[in-house]
Amino acid sequence: MDSPTVTEHDPDQPRRYGRRLFLATVAGGLTSLYWGKAAWDHVSGAISPVTSAVLPGGGWRIYTISGNMPVFDPASWRLKIGGLVEQPVSLSYDELRALPRVEQVSTFHCVTGWTVNDVHWGGVRIGDVLDRARPKASGHALRFVSMEVPYVDYLTMPQAALRDVMLAYEMDGKPLPQEHGAPVRLIIPEMYGYKNVKWLQGIDVVPQAVDGYWEDLGYDRNAWVGRSNGYGA
Amino acid sequence: MKPGYVRRFSPAERLLHWVNAAGFFFLLATGLILYLPRLSMLVSRRQLIQSLHFWAGVGWLGALAVVVLLGGRRLLATARELDTFDSDDLRWLRGRGGPQGRFNAGQKINAVLTAAFTILFGVSGLLLWFGEQDTRYRFASTVVLHDGLMYVSLLLLVGHLYLALIHPATRHALRGMTLGSVDADWAARHHAKWKPE
Repeated sequence: MDSPTVTEHDPDQPRRYGRRLFLATVAGGLTSLYWGKAAWDHVSGAISPVTSAVLPGGGWRIYTISGNMPVFDPASWRLKIGGLVEQPVSLSYDELRALPRVEQVSTFHCVTGWTVNDVHWGGVRIGDVLDRARPKASGHALRFVSMEVPYVDYLTMPQAALRDVMLAYEMDGKPLPQEHGAPVRLIIPEMYGYKNVKWLQGIDVVPQAVDGYWEDLGYDRNAWVGRSNGYGA
Repeated sequence: MKPGYVRRFSPAERLLHWVNAAGFFFLLATGLILYLPRLSMLVSRRQLIQSLHFWAGVGWLGALAVVVLLGGRRLLATARELDTFDSDDLRWLRGRGGPQGRFNAGQKINAVLTAAFTILFGVSGLLLWFGEQDTRYRFASTVVLHDGLMYVSLLLLVGHLYLALIHPATRHALRGMTLGSVDADWAARHHAKWKPE
C-alpha cells in the first residue's frame, strides 16, 4: 500500500475532553430528573445516621406562606374544636398534653421531592380530641386552621381516622420547635406535607372537605404520597 | 501593564468570571435562606426570598448570556483552550507534573464543570418554579438535582477560594482575574507552555 498511513491514536494529539466532560455532566444531570431521588433515597437510607447529622436541619425545609412565623404563647394559646359539634371545646396546652399520649415513627414526604425518614412524633390521636366535642352526624370532614393565616386544610373523617394520623406536640423527643409548627401540628404520613397543617389553633367539624390553601393554588385535595400531584398513575 | 508582567485574562474573561461570581454568591445566600431551617426562621419572608432567588437566577443566566454574546470570538477561543487536553494535562492530573498552558488541567475541569452546572442550575431552578404551578413540570428529583449541584459547587468553590486566596504558590493568580496581568516569572513557573501575547 502506498497511501500514507494515518495514526489514529497519536498520544501527543490534544483531545477534546472538555466538551465531553461538559456534555456528560449536563446529560447526567438532566437524566437524574428520572433517577436522582431513587438514587438519593437509596444512598441516604444506607447512611441515614450520617446524613441526618450532616445535612443541615436534618433534611427539613421550612415553608411558610406569610411574612411572620406564628409565635406560640402558652398563656394565651388554645386549640378550639368547633363547627358541627354538640359541645365546642377549647383546650389549653396543658390540657392537650394531659390527653392520652401516643408516639409513632413515620416518614415525612414533601410534594416538592424531599423526604425525611423516621421522624419520631409524640402527641394525641384526633379521636381523643374530637370525642370531647362530640361531632354531629352531619359532619363528614375536618377543617384544620393554622395560626398562620390564611392557611387551612381539610381531611375527610375516614382520612382523619387513619391509624397513624396524629396531632403532634413533640418531635424527636423534644417539644415541637417553632419552625415545625409549635405548639401542635397535624401529621398524616400518607399525604404530602402541605396537608400536615402547622401551628394549629382550631379544628372545625364541617359537612365536607373542600379546597385548602395549597389546593386553591392547584395542588390535589387528596394528597396521597406517590399517587397525586402528577406523581404515579 | 507593569514591566515584568504579562496579560493573562482579557476584559471579557474577567467580566464573565465576576458576573458569574456575583450571581452565584447572591443565589447562594438567598438559596441558603430557603434551604436552612435556622436561616428560614431568622428571615421568615419566604415568598419574598423565593422571588428574589428566582429572578436573580433569571438575571444571572441572562447576564452570562449577554457577556458570552458580546465576548464572541475572544471567549470562543477561551472555550477552545478549556476544551483541549494534551498528554501533559493528563500527566498533570495524575500528579506527575507536566508543563501547563495558560490554564492548567484542574482549571479546565473546574471551568467546564462550572459551565455545565450553570445550565443544570438553570434547568432545575426553572422546573422548581414552574412545577409549583403546573404538575407537568413536576419531577420528584428536581430538588435532589438542585441541592446536589449546590453541594458539589460549594466544594469546588471552597477549593477555588483556597487556591485563589490562601495557597502561597497559587494565590498570585488572583491578580490575573482582577487586574488582568500576572508576574512573568510566576507565569513561566506555573504555566510553562503558555506563550503570552
